[in-house]
Amino acid sequence: MSNRLVNWFKFASPQTFYPLAGKLIPWFWALTAAFGLAGLYIGFFVAPTDAQQGEGYRIIFIHVPASWMSMFIYLVMAFWAALGLGFNTRLSGMMASALAPTGALMAFLSLWTGALWGKPMWGTWWVWDARLTSELILFFLYLGFIALQSAIDDPRRADKAGAVLALVGVVNIPIIYFSVKWWNTLHQGASVSLTKSPSMAQTMLWGMLLMALAFWMYSIAVSLTRVRAIILERERHAGWVEELGEIRS
Amino acid sequence: MAETSILSTLGAVIRRDLLLALRRKSDVLTTLFFFVIVVSLFPLGIGPEMAMLRQIAPGVLWVAALLATMLSLPRLFAADHADGTLEQMALSAVPLGVLVTGKIVAHWLLSGLPLALLAPVLGLQFDLPADALGVMVLALLIGTPVLSLIGAVGAGLTLGVRGGGVLVSLLVLPLYVPVLIFGAGAVESHIGGLGATAHLSLLAAFLALAAFFGPWATTVALRIALE
Repeated sequence: MSNRLVNWFKFASPQTFYPLAGKLIPWFWALTAAFGLAGLYIGFFVAPTDAQQGEGYRIIFIHVPASWMSMFIYLVMAFWAALGLGFNTRLSGMMASALAPTGALMAFLSLWTGALWGKPMWGTWWVWDARLTSELILFFLYLGFIALQSAIDDPRRADKAGAVLALVGVVNIPIIYFSVKWWNTLHQGASVSLTKSPSMAQTMLWGMLLMALAFWMYSIAVSLTRVRAIILERERHAGWVEELGEIRS
Repeated sequence: MAETSILSTLGAVIRRDLLLALRRKSDVLTTLFFFVIVVSLFPLGIGPEMAMLRQIAPGVLWVAALLATMLSLPRLFAADHADGTLEQMALSAVPLGVLVTGKIVAHWLLSGLPLALLAPVLGLQFDLPADALGVMVLALLIGTPVLSLIGAVGAGLTLGVRGGGVLVSLLVLPLYVPVLIFGAGAVESHIGGLGATAHLSLLAAFLALAAFFGPWATTVALRIALE
């Protein structure tokens, strides 16, 4: 048991994590490319044209994975934030702030592709549907997190303040989602429902799953790259950074 | 013994903040006038048709209340932080959470309560019926403490931070969404004949949740700011 524990905590230090992340990043990029190419191939060439939606439906191969990632990344971010707040580990806070821009990007992509899909399908760029509205609020939560962290100069304080905000947000997300949902049913805004779409062909599902995996790998690769940059920035006074090959050269 | 001392400290903090506000009335009054002006601008922008105004009244009043509460947030801790009172509070024998609760209650008494009492007058401008005005006041009385409680977390997080005033809006406004929905929804469903009980109960549930978590999260945020 003790052996395992030692291995676990070894990479909790920026000094040991930095080279590990550096070694892992090319693998995650390779996986991103592999899953992405397979997913796009299925999405564009194998999956049949939808009977009702025509070719336009193919945007879901980007849209759905982006929405999933935007929600999942917030949870991961809050997890690292809580860990950082609880155990006072430096790397957790860095990980949380490295994830935030990717999460915001995913939320934005999800809204943008949703609008592009909505115009031909629903005839409008935007409806005040429960999902769209809560995705928009999620995007605002990401922006608030990033803005708070960038407004605080002391990185340790920025980490902790961001952690409190991320946790408050995570408690609120279900409340926000259900309030928006109820508000929407009361107002009877959109007559179109995302949930009542016809069941999907098997190949479409495969394409979507592959794209989702590609988005996962992309998010991991990008976050690791970003966390390496954050580590270098914050640990620039540490001796081990100056001994790094890529810094000296 | 310990209980009474905590309660008396709570009372003392509330009394102190109210007294400070009374000595400098302009802070409180500015927020109130902001509320009145914002609400009065809407008919000018939208047009004076009474049917339309009656329909948008709950939403307009609630959004204005949200903005007014948010504007008053920076003064919740800023002055005490500047003169070192907050540090003394954090060091005192009484739990910081109690003191923070007292400050939040005082903030509500100075921002939320006046808004709720002023709302019927503004509601009359929008031609809301008398019973809807009653529901409006009730919803504001239950909802505005939630705004103060959530806002206090934001105020604690942005304490002494560059551009804190604008930043607090970015942090807090998305979290205000449920209160806005059910606060305005209570009045709308009352006008629509559905009854406001469900909405008011949910608002009260938010209040219970926020009253439990709010002071706690604010205390954590303040300790981070004071480090």
